[in-house]
Amino acid sequence: MILKPNLDDIKNIGFYLGKVIIGLGLTMCLPILIGLIYGESSPIFDFMIAAEAALILGLALKTLCRSNKDLSWMQGMIVVSLSWIVAMFIGAIPLYLSGHWRSFLDACFDSMSGFATTGLALGQDLDHLSYTHNFWRHLIMFIGGQGIVVVALSFFIKGLSGAFKMYVGEARDERILPNVVHTSRFIWLVSLVYFVLGTSVLAIIASAGGMHISKALFHGACVFMTAFDTGGFCPQSQSILYYHSFPFEIATVVIMILGALNFKLHYHVWTGNRKEIYRNIETGTFFITVISAFLVTAVGLAQAGIYQGAFVLFRKGFYQLISGHTGTGFQTIYPQQFAGEWNDLAVVGVICGMALGGAVCSTTGAIKMLRLGIIFKAMAQDIKRIILPERAIVVKKFHHIRETFLQDTHVRPALLITLAYLLLYGIGTLVGMFFGYPFLHSLFESTSAAANVGLSCGITSSGMPALMKVVYILQMWAGRLEFMSVFTLVGFMVAAIRGK
Amino acid sequence: MTKFILCACVFLLFSGMGGACAQPVESRQLVSKADLYDGKTVAYEGEAIGDIMVRGDHAWINVHDGSYAIGIWIKREAASAVTHTGGYKSKGDWVEVVGVLNKACPRHGGDLDIHAESLRVITPGALRREAVSQDKKTVVYILAGVLCLVMIASLFVKK
Repeated sequence: MILKPNLDDIKNIGFYLGKVIIGLGLTMCLPILIGLIYGESSPIFDFMIAAEAALILGLALKTLCRSNKDLSWMQGMIVVSLSWIVAMFIGAIPLYLSGHWRSFLDACFDSMSGFATTGLALGQDLDHLSYTHNFWRHLIMFIGGQGIVVVALSFFIKGLSGAFKMYVGEARDERILPNVVHTSRFIWLVSLVYFVLGTSVLAIIASAGGMHISKALFHGACVFMTAFDTGGFCPQSQSILYYHSFPFEIATVVIMILGALNFKLHYHVWTGNRKEIYRNIETGTFFITVISAFLVTAVGLAQAGIYQGAFVLFRKGFYQLISGHTGTGFQTIYPQQFAGEWNDLAVVGVICGMALGGAVCSTTGAIKMLRLGIIFKAMAQDIKRIILPERAIVVKKFHHIRETFLQDTHVRPALLITLAYLLLYGIGTLVGMFFGYPFLHSLFESTSAAANVGLSCGITSSGMPALMKVVYILQMWAGRLEFMSVFTLVGFMVAAIRGK
Repeated sequence: MTKFILCACVFLLFSGMGGACAQPVESRQLVSKADLYDGKTVAYEGEAIGDIMVRGDHAWINVHDGSYAIGIWIKREAASAVTHTGGYKSKGDWVEVVGVLNKACPRHGGDLDIHAESLRVITPGALRREAVSQDKKTVVYILAGVLCLVMIASLFVKK
């Protein structure tokens, strides 16, 4: 028998959802500050409208649903999944008001793409977008990469015992420190330290490359936020191609890789345990998959004969691949070049990289390295079991911060999530093909959306069918939250309708 | 005589393909059919956007024609003809560039770019005056009022 959710469930969900929305409204003070610095008055009004709308909604929810109870697992998951949907709508308001998005759906698409750190964009004439709106596009990637609820946990929700349930709902099932609020703050500390370093390096390179220092700083900060949070938005429409700078590309590659590593790994390296880099199953798996996917891409590019010389082939091939593999989505080629110039083999190499992603408890999406490593270890264990005598006991271990014996309890969830991702990639591909796009291009774009990457082969545009935009939005949402909280929300809605 | 005319036509046709295209080519065409224009001299028109990035005796200008922006590698002195670049508060100079298109420029890491031979400003850009819509102002004031009411109401509910 399915139990119908009671009023207490709804009140509890509404109360915490209200808190998260208030947090989101308050973060809009940052773009307003940027607007004041750059003297952009119209964008300031756009953000004032959005911030006021968020504060009214958040405050109303918090007041109407006042509750002192702790969140249950189900409630925590639903708060997370709803927070992301509401954040998409609120985040889209200033974008739509700027006039650079053709419809509110397009603005919602870019807003979800930002929060989910995807990087696919439907915005028009981005080269004339205000600093204020541009900053917001990059800030939502930074917030989304950290986790919308992690932001609320760090700054707006104090001493909440149900915090871990929301933290897990945002696909962060690893606690770095014993207290989840301290974990959230550590994640912010890591991000802010890298922010200062990364922004400085990018700004120095951009400035040395001929950009005015004030603009170089703005571009450095924006590109850092989207590189470290493996998002992929860029201040200009040409993505990284705009800078025409090899050092800038190298710097972004380093930042993208740092963003794709587990925050827990960052913690251990910061506290002196540097050996963890080599011993961790995730870094080992990441290294192997990057090399393998790059080999496929490089052979494809060599066959296509587009790039003269190994260096040029490496620079173009490796950049798109690592950008896809880390789930970032920066491009140094035009989307049409993927479709028109790269051959199928090279494109498949990039798709494989996108589908696999980075580390768990990082800002990347997709299947992720820990799950892949566990699946391969389990396969090796089973093969060994077949080869060795029946009485032999086969034991496999994997190292992820500590040595752990491989058990079915590790393998089963890893396989389930992997299967869910493969299904998600497949559904988007089918929808693309339904609208007449070729198989490989549909697969490319679908994987890019569901794995929160942002590379495009040209399908994503303002002119694509509205249903495809909605499907991609759902893919980005489900892919970022890694299904569990999305499934819980669906279950909650079914229970509300059919429960007794 | 007929043979002579035929040869002359063929010569003119092929020399035309190898030389400069008189009509500007759109960026969509240059990107999607780069094979056709690779290594050839093309004319390209668009708005100079963003920054003029000086690198030694050359500079990069990104020129956007409405579909895509293409990087133009140009001599520093020639780049100085551009006085406005497009951004939020300015409309950039609309320029015509004549130069060689590289589908994957070996000198610039495989970028699709144009090595400009000449640049001409067709329409000068200008600063744009920012106007705030009255409707937006009205909405801000109304929402501020509603927000105050909700805040007051929330205080009463607390009590």
